[in-house]
Amino acid sequence: MKPALEVRELVKQYPGVRAVDGVSFTIAPGCCFGLLGPNGAGKTTTVEIMEGVTTPTSGSVLYHGEPLGAKFRAEAGIQFQKTALQEFLTVRETLQMFRRLYPRGRDVDELIGLCALEQLAGRDNRKLSGGQLQRLLLAIALVNDPQVLFLDEPTTGLDPQARHNFWDLIRAIKAERRTVLLTTHYMEEAYFLCDVVAIMDHGRIIAEGPPSRLLKEHFDDVVLELPREEFRVDPAAFPLPVLMADDRVEISTADVEQALQALLDCGVPLRHLRIRPRNLEDLFLELTGRELRA
Amino acid sequence: MNLRRLYAVWLARNLEFLRDRSTLVFNLVLPLALVVAFAVIFGGAQQSLLKIGVLAPAGTALDAGLHPFLGTRYVDFYAVDAAGLDAAIRAVERHRSDLLLDLRGTPRFWVNDDSPKGYLAEKLLRESAGSELRREPVSGAAVRYVDWLLPGILGMNMMFSSLFGVGYVVVRYRKSGFLRRLSATPVTALEFGAAQILSRLALTISVTALVYGVLALLIPFRNDGSALLLLATAVLGAISMISLGFMVAARFTSEELANGVINLVSWPMMLLSGVWFSLEGAPRWLGMAAQALPLTQMLEAARAIMLDGAGLADILPRLAVLVAMTALFLGVAAAGFRWRAD
Repeated sequence: MKPALEVRELVKQYPGVRAVDGVSFTIAPGCCFGLLGPNGAGKTTTVEIMEGVTTPTSGSVLYHGEPLGAKFRAEAGIQFQKTALQEFLTVRETLQMFRRLYPRGRDVDELIGLCALEQLAGRDNRKLSGGQLQRLLLAIALVNDPQVLFLDEPTTGLDPQARHNFWDLIRAIKAERRTVLLTTHYMEEAYFLCDVVAIMDHGRIIAEGPPSRLLKEHFDDVVLELPREEFRVDPAAFPLPVLMADDRVEISTADVEQALQALLDCGVPLRHLRIRPRNLEDLFLELTGRELRA
Repeated sequence: MNLRRLYAVWLARNLEFLRDRSTLVFNLVLPLALVVAFAVIFGGAQQSLLKIGVLAPAGTALDAGLHPFLGTRYVDFYAVDAAGLDAAIRAVERHRSDLLLDLRGTPRFWVNDDSPKGYLAEKLLRESAGSELRREPVSGAAVRYVDWLLPGILGMNMMFSSLFGVGYVVVRYRKSGFLRRLSATPVTALEFGAAQILSRLALTISVTALVYGVLALLIPFRNDGSALLLLATAVLGAISMISLGFMVAARFTSEELANGVINLVSWPMMLLSGVWFSLEGAPRWLGMAAQALPLTQMLEAARAIMLDGAGLADILPRLAVLVAMTALFLGVAAAGFRWRAD
């Protein structure tokens, strides 16, 4: 089967910075593809080139094997990271305006139902909360009943309820076998929604694959977590590597019995011990480093 | 050009505008304030500077040596040649000139009995005239200053509404990212531009028609021509000026910069297009430059209709120029249009 989207050797050079530095990947039809990376990794630039709103310095993007054209325009749905809407229009009027820009698409009432906007249909765009606005922007991205949906950090800044609500919407769209490209900061979100993830840093892809396979490839250990105040041991003297976090310590090991024995030997109480498998966040930090990004 | 998409953007823009009460009120208040100002100006104090055409014997300079009146200060004397006599008399009729003085042989002069400035100019002339004078009141229905000024005032208001109305909004849309969102839809720059232009056109024409109607009740003024032709002239003039505003806004991302450039475009039109005073007697190159301004073309056509009862054939060249200017402005705008701020 031909990939829905194919990115070949994409490069975007801005004065003094190479935002995207030779990125290639493919997205199969019906796949939810997650593009992860720290701020400034080149995610948004990559996505905008794929959406056809930014021209690459070199490289190409193919939609079902063809360069981006009228077919792509008609079949793509886009939710930008930041979008201002027209003022003084209601949610319904905004959807009607965007709906008229496409020859085919979903009924406005259906979109309002799908994105849980019934109570907000008559409200001025400017009076929406963060989560409500994101649901409206998603509805706008869906007006043309897109075959491929681009979501650039759709849940950034939302509270946990709004985020979970948004995930439910995306899963409903996934269930319709639409192709989705999602960028996010939230590893939990990527794990929950994406069939395949690619981790970007400094304009390059540094890891790509299904989340469970990536975790298996990069980690053969589990993490032991303890409250920091109960771990009264010099980390340097401890036989296993210890990561000191704000409120807890993390000990990664492939041999749980040995680690437990070492903790017992040091007299660490195990009452609050938690053992968890490695997650995407661990992988992300492992690959992109732990230093703070601007 | 897809009319459904154009309609979508046009409708949304109209709703936005009509619901923005403060802006809407301002768009009505400004022209109505003009009506008040107009009523005050009309019949009130005039500009102190007088403009007087002089027909002198060949080879003589326009100075006090030729006639003591020519030494009067704060009066703009300009030379008229014999071939231009009819046009110069017409200028007096139309208030473009306050008085015409013929110094070949026995001095004679033409003055518009209905012109306050003409009255003053005649007083001054009689004051300094050492010799006999022959008075030649201009023939035909003289045009009052109000009749001459009214199209200028309405045209100026249309110009500001056209240039700022569309220019500002487009720059704001670009800055906020709304244009970027539209760029991801099938809408084209031309469709978007046409929607903005038609939305603003409807507003400008409605407001102008309203002010025209109110003024017609308050200060009966003259319209010798077809109202329909006048409307067509107003529509073509407004479209060309709105297109000019759209062209200016095609690339800018800062409202301050757009504001400056639109001011830069509007002031020459204020001064050179004959809104307040005519360019009669001004250097020839200035008159030529003024012809390149859409407001000049619209005002000259409107005055020809209202004051001279000109028909379609008379003003067709000016309407054609307006259409050509619109095509040029729109072409440049569509070619250089930017959807994104960065």
